Amino acid sequence: MPALEVEDLTMYYEIPFRGFVRAVDGISFSLEKGESLGIVGESGCGKSSLAITLMRLLPKNAKILKGKVVLDGINIYKLPEDRLRKEIRWKRISMVFQGAMNALHPIIKVGDQIVEAIMLHEDVSKEEAWKRAGDLLELVGIDRSRLNNYPFEFSGGMRQRAMIAMALALNPDVLLADEPTTALDVIVQAQILKLIKDLQRKFGISLILISHDVSVIAEMSDKVAVMYAGRFQEFGSALDVFLNPLHPYTKGLLSGVPSVKGKPRRLKSIPGAPPNLLNPPRGCRFAPRCPFAKEKCFEEEPELMEIEDEHYVRCHFAEELREVPWDASE
Amino acid sequence: MPQSDEVIIKVENLKKWFPLRRSLSDITFRRPRRYVKAVDGVNFEIKRGEIFALAGESGCGKTTTGRAILRLIEPTEGRVEFLGRDVTRLDKKEMKEFLRRKAQIIFQDPYESLNPRKTVEDIVGEPLEVHGLVETKAEKREIVSKYLEEVGLTPPEDFIFRFPHELSGGQRQRVAIARALVLEPEFIVADEPVSMLDMSIRASILNLMLDLRDKRGLSYLFITHDLATAKYVADRLAIMYLGKIVEMGPATEIIDNPLHPYTQALISAVPVPDPRHKIGDIPIKGEVPSPINIPPGCRFHPRCVKAFELCDKKVPELMEIEPHHFVACHLY
Repeated sequence: MPALEVEDLTMYYEIPFRGFVRAVDGISFSLEKGESLGIVGESGCGKSSLAITLMRLLPKNAKILKGKVVLDGINIYKLPEDRLRKEIRWKRISMVFQGAMNALHPIIKVGDQIVEAIMLHEDVSKEEAWKRAGDLLELVGIDRSRLNNYPFEFSGGMRQRAMIAMALALNPDVLLADEPTTALDVIVQAQILKLIKDLQRKFGISLILISHDVSVIAEMSDKVAVMYAGRFQEFGSALDVFLNPLHPYTKGLLSGVPSVKGKPRRLKSIPGAPPNLLNPPRGCRFAPRCPFAKEKCFEEEPELMEIEDEHYVRCHFAEELREVPWDASE
Repeated sequence: MPQSDEVIIKVENLKKWFPLRRSLSDITFRRPRRYVKAVDGVNFEIKRGEIFALAGESGCGKTTTGRAILRLIEPTEGRVEFLGRDVTRLDKKEMKEFLRRKAQIIFQDPYESLNPRKTVEDIVGEPLEVHGLVETKAEKREIVSKYLEEVGLTPPEDFIFRFPHELSGGQRQRVAIARALVLEPEFIVADEPVSMLDMSIRASILNLMLDLRDKRGLSYLFITHDLATAKYVADRLAIMYLGKIVEMGPATEIIDNPLHPYTQALISAVPVPDPRHKIGDIPIKGEVPSPINIPPGCRFHPRCVKAFELCDKKVPELMEIEPHHFVACHLY
């Protein structure tokens, strides 16, 4: 049984008198135990909205229109809030989010904050919880004596490590990391990514990593979903999506990413800007920016179809364009 | 226009020390004033038509260097020779007539660097008015339109009346570039010009900057934390650590064949957009120390995996180890 199953998940934000922002629009995927899924997309594509929808941490104006999130056989949207808090969040699925290092309480000792998280969910003594908090800090490479420190005595990288320790405090099955290294310098970023990868392997955790950074996703993921305008546009193994991209958006995105490896080549960008999700374009949502778009693309939205084995693409012309590189549009 | 051998800007022993606030006991006991040595003796030169990148982690002093060169902050020590004149000795009038016309800056965040209450026409046209280069509105509009076209905001009529909030991030950065170009400068400091922009449009801004260089023979100091971007745009690259340049040379040479242990660690940490590549262990210890207490000797030695006896005693000089490739390290 997969660790997490998401089916047709649809979440819109209601904007009074103006309608709905279609941030998460019919997302389906499943995640096996120990597997890592990378979700990549630009700002405003709905990836962080997807993260909070998966955790059911929604603001007041968010409306779930349909779909389910099934963890270990339980649809979290069918549970009352108190059971969700007690049994699911942190225990089955936990989250490290963007700027998490600033989420620690500034004047409570790091140790006390981890202990609080443990004792809220499990019936253990304070001493036992303190000992486990120390073990957790050591797990993420921080000396246990630092339990007595305040967050301001930690560097940014250490705070992010402490947040990872907290996210793992109750042995979750699924870890959701939303831009976990975006504010960090490159060396600290590499160390944190490696830490997440090592812990994921060690405990067989399923990982969902959300990032705008194509290279971070490539380093970390077994499977990759490319998100644009609230929808997955391409989904498949990291090797397939990166080395044999089939959706024009993915091709365009990858042609614009510089690399420290390999021969220099002229980078290409995608013209235009992502659509307003309050009023997304009819037909394919990428069509207005797509150099290959034909009439059909503006009328009918394509489905996410399996074009190759386990490689899904939402494009009417994915097969015709299979060998066509992004540059061909110029 | 190809690169020439003419040196357009020469930076010698540039320092910027920020004094720390003193406590009453510091004053009573006459303890020496302490400083954050943000830039601590930096030397480089940039040729006409060259893109010189300054890269490093946050706090290494790269942005302070860029601003001190333009005297947006006053350097503590050192000389900056720009088009044959010492920038640090200019008086107010010369600053306006020479430096502020011939050198410009593009900032990181196009959401903050453009006045939200002004139209594109007024933003781009403001330098012309400040320097008294236009007399009539029609004249201003004509010049502004020309530069909007040059940065790819076409047709310009569609943009001149817009406000920044009506533009996308990429379009705003184009407006910032047009504003920098309108006085026909010879040198531009670009401080992380694409790091706030979405991936899909970064390439177009970088390509625009490269095209402007080719067309106008502009020189850039390109400040970035992203080595992949540096490799793409830069002719030469300098890596900074705690206020000093540790390695400098042709950009591809530095990235493909780094010699300084810090550069080696930095490059090994950069993620690569290829799923077959995996980040290994980064050959570095600990974290960046505070720029208040800079380690003695080589300032990288406490974190260096190759450090030996000499490293905490003697400061290594930036030496030419291979042709055009400079390294400040006792290993070589």
